[in-house]
Amino acid sequence: MIGLINYGMGNMHSIAKALERAGGRVRWVDRPEQIDASIERIVLPGVGAFRDCMKALKRQHLQEVILEHVQAGRPFLGICLGMQVLMETSHEFGLHEGLGLVEGEVVPFPANFPERGHKIPHMGWNDVLLPDSAHPVLRPLAGRQVYYVHSFFCQPRHDREVLAECEYGGLRFASAIGRDNVIGVQFHPEKSQRAGLAMLESFIGWCP
Amino acid sequence: MLSKRIIPCLDIAEGRVVKGVKFVDIIDAGDPVEAAIRYDEQGADELTFLDIRASHENRDTLYHVVTDVAEHVFMPLTVGGGIKTLEDIERLLHAGADKVSINTAAIHNPDFVRQAAERFGSSTIVVAIDAKRVAGHPPRWECFTHGGRKPTGIDAVAWARRMSDNGAGEILLTSMDADGTRNGYDLALTRAVADSISANVVASGGVGTLQHLADGFTEGHADAVLAASIFHFGEYTIREAKAFLAERGIPVRMSD
Repeated sequence: MIGLINYGMGNMHSIAKALERAGGRVRWVDRPEQIDASIERIVLPGVGAFRDCMKALKRQHLQEVILEHVQAGRPFLGICLGMQVLMETSHEFGLHEGLGLVEGEVVPFPANFPERGHKIPHMGWNDVLLPDSAHPVLRPLAGRQVYYVHSFFCQPRHDREVLAECEYGGLRFASAIGRDNVIGVQFHPEKSQRAGLAMLESFIGWCP
Repeated sequence: MLSKRIIPCLDIAEGRVVKGVKFVDIIDAGDPVEAAIRYDEQGADELTFLDIRASHENRDTLYHVVTDVAEHVFMPLTVGGGIKTLEDIERLLHAGADKVSINTAAIHNPDFVRQAAERFGSSTIVVAIDAKRVAGHPPRWECFTHGGRKPTGIDAVAWARRMSDNGAGEILLTSMDADGTRNGYDLALTRAVADSISANVVASGGVGTLQHLADGFTEGHADAVLAASIFHFGEYTIREAKAFLAERGIPVRMSD
């Protein structure tokens, strides 16, 4: 069973449907006791602001159970903002603290991007640039494009925690990050048609 | 490389897809879920649904359409028409929309867009601008509301800039002069807006040929192009449109 963290923001419906289409069984989680032994993996979606997401996770007492789940070695997938909150800090609307599972920070695209003809947010279909030995969850994405929509991106302190990159406006940023049993993706697999469903399927079968 | 997007648009009334010319002469054109599935198979990059009646009584019908579509296709969905409050936005996002398109409510209260962007994120908020050319030189355009019936006196380019500054992530820019003519986008309008704002610009209104789509990118500097009838009545598939653009060196996603 997949625990889908519901903190009242964003498009939960699509993620739940996409996970089901990819072969998963989904339980919506908005209280800590819903994460019991039957929850094998957790998905943290995200739309909205970093600060609001962290506030909601704290208010709903979900932060502790997410960290316990990760420490128990179980698979975790963060999507978009759900990836960004894995970092230590974010500079979105002030400086805010994240879950700190990956060292580093969340930073905005350069303010001069629009003058140079690169719109903000970075919105649309773009690449997932994978290393030769790609992470098993990301392998189905080789040579395919996925849907991104974001104005901030993750900057992990350690290069080894960058699992894939994307290029926009001459800047290479982390398309996917992670370590051990944790993975975060900046794009929206649930909005990336067949490529996205293939990635979700490989997450559902992932045994780190 | 970031691909240029092709977005088929579905006008919705009472839960059905309809098509009109210059916002009038509406005809029935089918079931929205079937249309969405067809476009998904053809490799559309996104879908836009505009509730052209946008009456309050029919609101639940629209939510059902959105939910139904979101269960069948896994791509970004923009929904617009009659959005007045933050609660309207929340309900649409919960129903399965990824972005909402706001027009009249933004004109009545420009701060509404700022509030919406702060609460739901810029990437969720699209401002739709229906613009009409004003006679004289240099060219100028005026914003209209209520499906193109009410003039506002507001300059469309300045308005787009203000909405982008207020946090809109995307501007859906429709030329009311071009809409339904099949003579191509108003490229001067599209370029004037695209070159002056940081938000993404979706060109809309007037597509009759695949060359018009290409022009929207190369001449209009749009980030995405929207069209309805050339796709809806089966003249061209999205795949054909993308092949045409790719041959002309425009980066598009060839679907898998």
